[in-house]
Amino acid sequence: MNLRELSKLLDSKIHCCEESLENEISYVCAGDLMSDILMFSEPNALLVTGLVNIQVIRTAEMLDIAAVIFIRGKNPTDEMLDLSRIKSIPLLTTDHTFYLTCGLLYEAGLKNVPMKTAKNEIKY
Amino acid sequence: MEKQKKPVTKDIKHEYSIKGMDFVAAGEASSNIKHTLQLIGFAPAVIRRAAIAAYEAEMNIVIHAWEGVLITSISPERIEIIAADTGPGIPDIDQAMKEGYSTAPDHIREMGFGAGMGLPNIRNVSDEFTLDSSLGRGTTLTVVIYPTA
Ligand SMILES: Nc1ncnc2c1ncn2[C@@H]1O[C@H](COP(=O)(O)OP(=O)(O)OP(=O)(O)O)[C@@H](O)[C@H]1O
Ligand SMILES: [Mg+2]
Repeated sequence: MNLRELSKLLDSKIHCCEESLENEISYVCAGDLMSDILMFSEPNALLVTGLVNIQVIRTAEMLDIAAVIFIRGKNPTDEMLDLSRIKSIPLLTTDHTFYLTCGLLYEAGLKNVPMKTAKNEIKY
Repeated sequence: MEKQKKPVTKDIKHEYSIKGMDFVAAGEASSNIKHTLQLIGFAPAVIRRAAIAAYEAEMNIVIHAWEGVLITSISPERIEIIAADTGPGIPDIDQAMKEGYSTAPDHIREMGFGAGMGLPNIRNVSDEFTLDSSLGRGTTLTVVIYPTA
């Protein structure tokens, strides 16, 4: 699904990088602790988080995250928007709870970012 | 007399200084490292591995140490990242390497760190991983990634 469809699904507002609305989202990762996110490394992934600070954008940048969505109507700060524009990372917000957001995405067929275990096997 | 040729592949070396508890600048060094790797033209998956290692190491200096440096040494065959700090050091490295082990206080967790996954994440993305620490003095982490491996 592309970002435009995803944004409709979650009744979300897009705060920057509208030019990326056609970008494809294939996977989702979610969490409030950044190192729980930094174990995933696939392009075309959406990051769902309740954490709102500049390090979320840094984390997204390191992982080539395709877009970030903040739950429960938490708005990104100007500082975050500035950095996101530079790095071309779309930022969205939804009023839904964390659980509902993830549930709707899962129901729509989006899966967890595939992850390699220490033994290099792919785990979903 | 034949002019001496410069070696064709020379490591590109950079050094970035990191300040403890500076959460505004935190991540800038890793961002610069990522940018350099992109300019050189490494594959995106390789760049992500190096960026994860650099960023987790940078955040560990910001959160757990007093000050430090990230030193990168890059050639087409080898990406080396050294994170060296002066700080409290790590009393038990085996324990620090355990998934979920963290000494980060609540105010750090509120900023999104302290999952105890940083060092395990770094080890997972690196081909060579060395962690040395001396109590009350500091910690040195060396990561090597072979882009073709
Ligand atoms: N540079 C360092 N200096 C001193 N102690 C460190 C350093 N790096 C890591 N540690 C110690 O090792 C522990 C585990 O580090 P690790 O990076 O795995 O987790 P964390 O930093 O606590 O949380 P996370 O990285 O998941 O945000 C830390 O909580 C800290 O006690
Ligand atoms: Mg850490």
